[in-house]
Amino acid sequence: MNHEKVEKNVALMGILIVIVISFGGLAEIVPLFFVKNTTEPVAGLEPYTPLQLEGRDVYIKEGCHVCHSQMVRPFRAETERFGPYSVAGEDVYEFPFLWGSKRTGPDLARVGGRYSDEWHYVHLMNPRDVVPESNMPSYPWLDEKLIDSKLTPKKLSAMKTLGVPYTEEDILTSSELVEGKTEMEALIAYLQSLGLEITEKTGAR
Amino acid sequence: MSDFWSLYIIIITVVNILGCLALLYFTRKKKQSGQEGETTGHVYDGIEEYDNPLPRWWLWLFYITIIFSVIYLILYPGLGKYEGVLGWTQDKQYQEEVAITDAKVLPLYKKYSAMDIPALLNEPQAIKMGQAIFANTCFGCHGADAKGSLGFPDLTDNEWLYGGSPAQIKHSILKGRNGVMPEWKDSLSEDDILALSSYISSKNDFERPVIETFLAQGETAYNQSCAACHGRDLKGNQALGAPNLTDGVWLHGASPGLVKDVIRHGRINRMPGHESILGKDKSHLVAAYVYSLSNKKEKSEN
Repeated sequence: MNHEKVEKNVALMGILIVIVISFGGLAEIVPLFFVKNTTEPVAGLEPYTPLQLEGRDVYIKEGCHVCHSQMVRPFRAETERFGPYSVAGEDVYEFPFLWGSKRTGPDLARVGGRYSDEWHYVHLMNPRDVVPESNMPSYPWLDEKLIDSKLTPKKLSAMKTLGVPYTEEDILTSSELVEGKTEMEALIAYLQSLGLEITEKTGAR
Repeated sequence: MSDFWSLYIIIITVVNILGCLALLYFTRKKKQSGQEGETTGHVYDGIEEYDNPLPRWWLWLFYITIIFSVIYLILYPGLGKYEGVLGWTQDKQYQEEVAITDAKVLPLYKKYSAMDIPALLNEPQAIKMGQAIFANTCFGCHGADAKGSLGFPDLTDNEWLYGGSPAQIKHSILKGRNGVMPEWKDSLSEDDILALSSYISSKNDFERPVIETFLAQGETAYNQSCAACHGRDLKGNQALGAPNLTDGVWLHGASPGLVKDVIRHGRINRMPGHESILGKDKSHLVAAYVYSLSNKKEKSEN
């Protein structure tokens, strides 16, 4: 092959680079869209309720995923601490997924049901009230800000477009379900839902 | 994974590896005979570029990566449905890791589970294991020192909402508890609430100023509204988790302002059940640890 042609023709080089790089994606990513264990929800997986979905948006907005992962890896030390390891089928309704990449705080993939709602409230208002050594910031404004219920049906239908099985009725009634709720209540509802479909089923070893 | 996708992955991977090999082979520069130092003829601001071949060791590094990938794909899963000679899976590796620890720990769990909690007080290892599990699972609410915080019970004193016997502690851990103090702001007047706060203070070990003139009104209000759960003698009811109002322990704060707030707005105190999180054996050890916190004396007397 003539080197010079490739090296002196940026467009040709660009096209060749894309072809070479796409090999990886074609082999590793494309099949995942069609393989059962990544596209089928695990048994018992329910789409988020409107309040939980709003809470998820609060979670993203406040950047919780920057310090908390939602991915229990298959190591004994992790499953002892957090619960059963994460599987792909749990995340089929996650758009985008919130696995995170760094743990300043603990993993939250299995946090649902582990603490009471009241604990979450106290902890989010000021983490040091319950965990003196915590370095997590306080989020007192969550208790004052209300969810914008006008946006909720739009969020649900966006999720429906992406493949989450919401019914038309779910979307129509979603507004009233979050009416008057604070961001705090939504976030707690979301946190309490995390990982339940796995922890309730498998339980402790 | 269907046969189609398996084949799809295999073909792309193999073509890719062969492509790399071909690219490397056809574009490598033949060794020149003693002509090192020749330039490509490019000159940029007086800087020239040598036209030497890639050093041998460098070229071989590329070949080695290809050899590595072939060996890897034979040993480990990677080519579609092919499982690899070693039969490695992520889950298998995890199960093996768990089995190694289980072999060490399960006999201990078994041994300690068969023992009564008071007997475990004489087993320092069991208490230590319970403490480790406590530090991992329970610290969030009860604190690393088990002394709790505002709204979350201190487990080191000997005052119990639901009872401090080994069986009661274990039940609290396994099944959780639901404590509900209703809100009274709609059914009691502010006067009544103020009087109640004074009346309760007058009966409590924790000393606070008491407004004598309110005591009669407070007692009436108490007997009407509070005695059903907290008892006529204010000693509480462990079946309901209604706190004893005569001891000096104030779960939600001892200040008159906080006491009034609790009466006005009520409180919900839920302890989640941990049977599905910890399982019976670990819960037994945690119960032993919690029991040991307030029963140390017994141990030293034995």
